[in-house]
Amino acid sequence: MATVELKNLRKTYLTEEIIKGISLSIEDREFVVFVGPSGCGKSTLLRMIAGLEDITSGDLLIDGQRVNDVEPGKRGLAMVFQSYALYPHMDVYKNMEFGLKLAGMPEAERREKIEHVARTLQLEPYLHHKPGQLSGGQRQRVAIGRAIVRNPKVFLFDEPLSNLDAALRGQMRVELSALHRKLGATTIYVTHDQVEAMTMADKIVVLQKGVVEQIGSPLELYHHPRNLFVARFIGSPPMNFFPAIFQGGDTTGSAVQLRDGSTLYVPVTSPGLLPGTKVTVGIRPEHVELAASGPNSGVVEVIERLGAITLVHVRMPDGQIIVVQMDGAVLTDVDTRVSLTLPPGNCHLFAPDGVAFEACHRHPLAA
Amino acid sequence: MAVKTKTSTRIGVTILGWGIAVWLFFPIFWMFLTSFKNEIQAISTPPKLFFMPTLSSYAEVFERASYWHFTLNTVIVSVGATAIAIALAVPAAYSMAFLPSSRTRSTLLWMLSTRMLPPVGVLVPIYLLARNTHLLDTCTGLAIVDMLTNLPIIVWMLYTFFREVPAPILEAGRMDGASRWQEMTMVLLPLALPGIASTALLSLILCWNEAFWSLNLTSSHAAPLTAFIASFSSPEGLFFGKLSAASTLAVAPILVFGWISQKQLVRGLTFGAVK
Ligand SMILES: Nc1ncnc2c1ncn2[C@@H]1O[C@H](COP(=O)(O)OP(=O)(O)OP(=O)(O)O)[C@@H](O)[C@H]1O
Ligand SMILES: [Mg+2]
Repeated sequence: MATVELKNLRKTYLTEEIIKGISLSIEDREFVVFVGPSGCGKSTLLRMIAGLEDITSGDLLIDGQRVNDVEPGKRGLAMVFQSYALYPHMDVYKNMEFGLKLAGMPEAERREKIEHVARTLQLEPYLHHKPGQLSGGQRQRVAIGRAIVRNPKVFLFDEPLSNLDAALRGQMRVELSALHRKLGATTIYVTHDQVEAMTMADKIVVLQKGVVEQIGSPLELYHHPRNLFVARFIGSPPMNFFPAIFQGGDTTGSAVQLRDGSTLYVPVTSPGLLPGTKVTVGIRPEHVELAASGPNSGVVEVIERLGAITLVHVRMPDGQIIVVQMDGAVLTDVDTRVSLTLPPGNCHLFAPDGVAFEACHRHPLAA
Repeated sequence: MAVKTKTSTRIGVTILGWGIAVWLFFPIFWMFLTSFKNEIQAISTPPKLFFMPTLSSYAEVFERASYWHFTLNTVIVSVGATAIAIALAVPAAYSMAFLPSSRTRSTLLWMLSTRMLPPVGVLVPIYLLARNTHLLDTCTGLAIVDMLTNLPIIVWMLYTFFREVPAPILEAGRMDGASRWQEMTMVLLPLALPGIASTALLSLILCWNEAFWSLNLTSSHAAPLTAFIASFSSPEGLFFGKLSAASTLAVAPILVFGWISQKQLVRGLTFGAVK
């Protein structure tokens, strides 16, 4: 149905460059999620695609056609805003009808489409309510309905669920995923919510300060983050990091020495790295194991019991806190001395400039 | 204790408010009263609060000048000036509110600063311009000048009202395929209607009461109500009864209109507040 291609897109406000040359290919039917810290330019990039912001330089192609200078309404896109942005003076029916009317669709056809969409989104009882009379979740449904009726080539979402409470957000997330599967339309979705990104995306684009840090499937980013930024950003609680000294390596792995003198043989290649270089070892909280004694010992400072899992915060001798995720029934106590085991297969290694070393084996789910 | 202080402040504020209101309204009240006195009563000292009301002043005013002619001119000029001003100000305020540039702020300030100049400073150039374009003593000429003098305030007011409308709503309209014109007329205007109505009302009142340009740019044909009043402060000496009657007749329509539409405006404001 529709592909979107970004070729070296740039955006400058006055003198400040906000989007610094982003290239990206979005396949037909793909669900792409833009994530990144606040202010990294996610919304700006989405609005450039929508046509609400001018493109300073670069090309934007929809279905192979350059659309840089095409009016927003003529690009065949529909957008759902964070603030819903419903027309407050029109009822639900008219909100959905507005775009169809402007497109010159005959009345009977409009009615049929709107009723069909209203049925899909369970909005039928509210068709003649004004937005002011609806709850947040219902308003969001109307905003989605307004996008769907137009049968767009591409859906754009800018943090559509962030104004909803946690329970509703979870429910809408599932509904949106189901809707995407049903409609099969190309979708670009902006969020800063990890869970939304991981669960909904076919492809995640991690942005920082207007540049792409990494593009990949959720599990690719999880198992093979390309640099420290992505490693820290994807995954919750975030990855732990240990300073280490590189000792040497070959095609099957690299040896590093940790602060306490213990060595670790991580299965990543480190071509051209000089022994003695300072590197960073990363490991996710869910991969660290606790032992009663051994190397890497520290003192348990905080225990967070979340029911199914337990998060153990361990203070290391150098003052750093390492988070370990255990199962819910673990019997550790505060102030006890524990030792951390780092399974080498789950460790990541980062060069001094923050770039990750290539793993010797790709994870089977992130091929 | 705290509640008590609050109550006493509230009473104080109420008294102050009423005081100011009475102080502002008193001249109008006195004018209204005087218009029902005969000329002797009107200048008697001490002034009389209770007297036998008479319509003689009104009768004489109607006899001496054609009230309806002046009223018609005022209506044409005020409505015309307001309509043109709103039509010009809506797109201007739209672009300032939704497509601001780095100079928008200073443009607004500059526009407002033109109101700070005393009008008499440009009397001669405007007079000559009006004469050379044959617009002296025409409703068109007066309407253009009134429109231009009020335009800065109108743009400024509309700008503030438009700023209240969340930009994403307009952007949603654009995504739905609305042109700039449709976005303005079908999305923005309905949302900003109460604001536009109060701006128009203000413009009407300003035009209705405008005296400086009316007196200088019109003589008979296009003379509005302000000239009608002025014609009763004649060199033969002041006749306060007739002057008051003329003034009352001149301000009554806009007072009544303002009163009625104010109620409409309040209703409009609550109607519009959906989001
Ligand atoms: N109209 C504008 N003029 C100048 N700078 C702007 C403008 N709009 C956005 N910016 C800047 O561009 C940067 C990116 O903003 P953007 O809204 O795209 O961030 P974001 O990633 O969506 O953040 P958030 O997660 O908080 O929504 C910010 O630093 C912001 O200050
Ligand atoms: Mg944003």
